[in-house]
Amino acid sequence: MRWGVLQFPGSCDERDALRACELAGGEARLVWHETRDLDDVDAVVVPGGFSYGDYLRAGAIARFSPAMEAVAEFAAAGGPVLGICNGFQVLCEAGLLPGALLVNEGMRFVCRQVELEVAAFSPPGGGQSSNIAGETLSIPAKHGEGRYWAPDETLDALEASGQVAFRYAPGQNPNGSAREIAGVRNAAGNVLGLMPHPEHAVDEMTGSTDGLRVFESVAGVLA
Amino acid sequence: MARARVLIRPKEGILDPQGKAVERALPALGFEGVGHVRVGRMVELEAEDPARLPELCEKLLANPLIEDFEIEMINAASSAPTNP
Repeated sequence: MRWGVLQFPGSCDERDALRACELAGGEARLVWHETRDLDDVDAVVVPGGFSYGDYLRAGAIARFSPAMEAVAEFAAAGGPVLGICNGFQVLCEAGLLPGALLVNEGMRFVCRQVELEVAAFSPPGGGQSSNIAGETLSIPAKHGEGRYWAPDETLDALEASGQVAFRYAPGQNPNGSAREIAGVRNAAGNVLGLMPHPEHAVDEMTGSTDGLRVFESVAGVLA
Repeated sequence: MARARVLIRPKEGILDPQGKAVERALPALGFEGVGHVRVGRMVELEAEDPARLPELCEKLLANPLIEDFEIEMINAASSAPTNP
């Protein structure tokens, strides 16, 4: 299995994402934002960081890169895409995921471990072998603009169709996200985004390996 | 070349913590009776084809899901806005 991890000017979590992908299984390479080449890629990761300095709006400029045009085609053809933090913001700005990420309610950059409840969740592609629905994961959150928002009708529809993938456990919501939503997937189920960073929770050294479950879940479909 | 000023505002009904923070700070600075503070963004630019500005605003300068925008064309003779 081959993973492609995008890299924009200002991305900073692509290295940890590469490592997490390889720990989950397979090989991983960087995809520079100026290239459209995803030919050998089985799954795409849009990583965390501050692409284009979060100028204008986080993810607003990165979404127009050639690499993201290729990702949009890849996703339309059913390819699995995982967006983490800034990656989640880019996917929302690109319209590949519903909703938007706004500045944290407390106006503070948050950097702390959070407990995530995995909601009604099928891994991209629908495979059940690595289904992590119902699990609780301990994952670091690290963001200033992570408050998930969508109009009420959209939130109702997302909940009804099982598109809410991750919620902050009670008392754990670090940013005022609507309905405690930490991550969502698209209607087809192959595009997944979340604000916390599973790539920073893959080694005992940093306290939790729960993040690996997210990558294994994406990989498990394609094994 | 046409000069334009684009005002981008958070949509009504969406929590604006920046606006609230400004609003809360005002009494301590001696300004009473100021409320409903909303903080947005302003972009000025020159465009050869002003007809494309609404598209540019919808696609990049604003996120229509969470923001409203307003385009003011600026008269070259002065910087006072004239509506297109």
